[in-house]
Amino acid sequence: MADKIATREAYGKALAEFGAEYDNLVVLDADLAAATKTGVFKKAFPDRFFDCGIAENNMIGVAVGLSLTGKIPFASSFAMFAAGRSFEQVRNSVGYPRCNVKIGATHAGITVGEDGATHQCCEDIALMRTIPGMVVINPADATEARLAVKAAIDYNGPVYLRFGRMAVPVINGEDYKFELGRGVKLADGDDVAIIATGIEVEQALLARELLKNEGISASVVNIHTIKPLDSDLIVAEAAKCGAIVTCEEHTVIGGLGAAVCECLSEKRPTPVLRVGVNDTFGRSGPAKELVSYFGLDAASIAEKAKAAIALK
Amino acid sequence: MDTKRLGELKEIARKVRVGIIDAVYSASSGHPGGSLSIADLLTYLYFEEMNVDPSDPKAEGRDRLVLSKGHCAPGLYSALAQKGYIPVEDLKTFRKTSSYLQGHPDMKHTPGVDMSSGSLGQGVSVSCGMALSSKLDGKNNRIYAILGDGETEEGQVWEAAMFAAHYGLSNLCWIVDFNGLQIDGPIAEVMNPAPYEGKFSSFGWNVIDADAHDFDSLEAAFKSARECFDRPSVIISRSVKGKGVSFMENNVAWHGAAPNAEQYEIAMKDLGERA
Repeated sequence: MADKIATREAYGKALAEFGAEYDNLVVLDADLAAATKTGVFKKAFPDRFFDCGIAENNMIGVAVGLSLTGKIPFASSFAMFAAGRSFEQVRNSVGYPRCNVKIGATHAGITVGEDGATHQCCEDIALMRTIPGMVVINPADATEARLAVKAAIDYNGPVYLRFGRMAVPVINGEDYKFELGRGVKLADGDDVAIIATGIEVEQALLARELLKNEGISASVVNIHTIKPLDSDLIVAEAAKCGAIVTCEEHTVIGGLGAAVCECLSEKRPTPVLRVGVNDTFGRSGPAKELVSYFGLDAASIAEKAKAAIALK
Repeated sequence: MDTKRLGELKEIARKVRVGIIDAVYSASSGHPGGSLSIADLLTYLYFEEMNVDPSDPKAEGRDRLVLSKGHCAPGLYSALAQKGYIPVEDLKTFRKTSSYLQGHPDMKHTPGVDMSSGSLGQGVSVSCGMALSSKLDGKNNRIYAILGDGETEEGQVWEAAMFAAHYGLSNLCWIVDFNGLQIDGPIAEVMNPAPYEGKFSSFGWNVIDADAHDFDSLEAAFKSARECFDRPSVIISRSVKGKGVSFMENNVAWHGAAPNAEQYEIAMKDLGERA
């Protein structure tokens, strides 16, 4: 595996890269450019970068105005503020008129680390998924983050992009193809399907190895686009394996796990166990330690996988 | 303004008011008070001030208007109808399930509506984005937003006010419909946003006073805004809530209520539709 890189880093670089190609790409931030990495774009295209100050709700509205006049705005802040504080602005000003606004939310989930619960947003996927027409993407690595930015630019409509603070391995190779709304099967298996998103894709792959040592065959699917959900792939995995484990760095309420349960309960009822933040707030600590603390690590996934198989 | 033009504008504004009452009466709900208070303002904007063309509602270089106080959709729809964007008879479908005329403006389905609005405080931010975009492109068009006086109690309004001044959006003009009443009562009692002059001035805005029901005053105000090249402008438009309908004037009960059949007839008489 290549060096570790945070998806927020890839986001900032991608904005600068595609900013050269798209004259109408503009970037907004709310006094967090150094952290969200939109500062990389700011350095490359200072005339198309607008700091909105610590005023996220106004930033979302400004992005809407820019989108209605031919620009492709990326509005960035931490997930807590972009999706949390500004939920209603995103719902009414972006979602309802279906504006071509891209929300680049970084520092999602508990791997924010030491800053703790007030800044660890584990509810953003749930919030954004309820808005009609909103596309929700949670990239697993730097490769996917870059391609997700490109896909968001090429898609005409609102997109929520979720990035992380913690450096993570690059899983996908240079030939990786990203398709909006299409999941990616990373490994085949028969006994249980592990369906993961974001940084949990890496843990899912590690869990597969742990299970393999115990003679259990697990498939691993990366669902980078949580909405629209690739229900065909999920139903196919359910049909083949008969047991599912979902993994996300997000509350188990309303996120990927919920989306998979909603899909399968209607199309192919199958036992599903969810790995995620269990209806609790985050806490301070080194990001990597928190992954284990909240039961999001490979060992926890492997245990859940065995429990899911027992439900068959 | 010459007498002939003044007479024409007054007649258009009268028809805008008739349309407001028709819409709200047909729907048995809606917001007549704040719609009537901006009827003259909307008339001035659409028939004197703004560079817009109803035959090409999405023309790229057009001036744009965001009705940030979106609950006054009857006023906007009626002005759009007088201007020729939508048929006047459609006003009677307002708020009906099968109608495109939603309770609050929906830009996706109503020609001439530049932004969906209704959640207070949000439209003004959108107007900032539009104005910034025009500046970026070196366009000469102007962006307008109408906000309620009660709406200025929303914190987002002041986030947007800070933004507009910071980026020198001189192509942006807000109009505060200062009728002094909000749902729970007089704004001075509910949550007093006064004084506007000092607040907006200290936020870096060009502040202009106007009489919302005097076209000469509006003309002077918009001229003053157009001649300010280094700051955004805000017109504090002193208005009468319910203006033009005797029993609705300065009565907060008509913020969001529809007249009954008897009241409708009185309103039509007040507006010169009946002998």
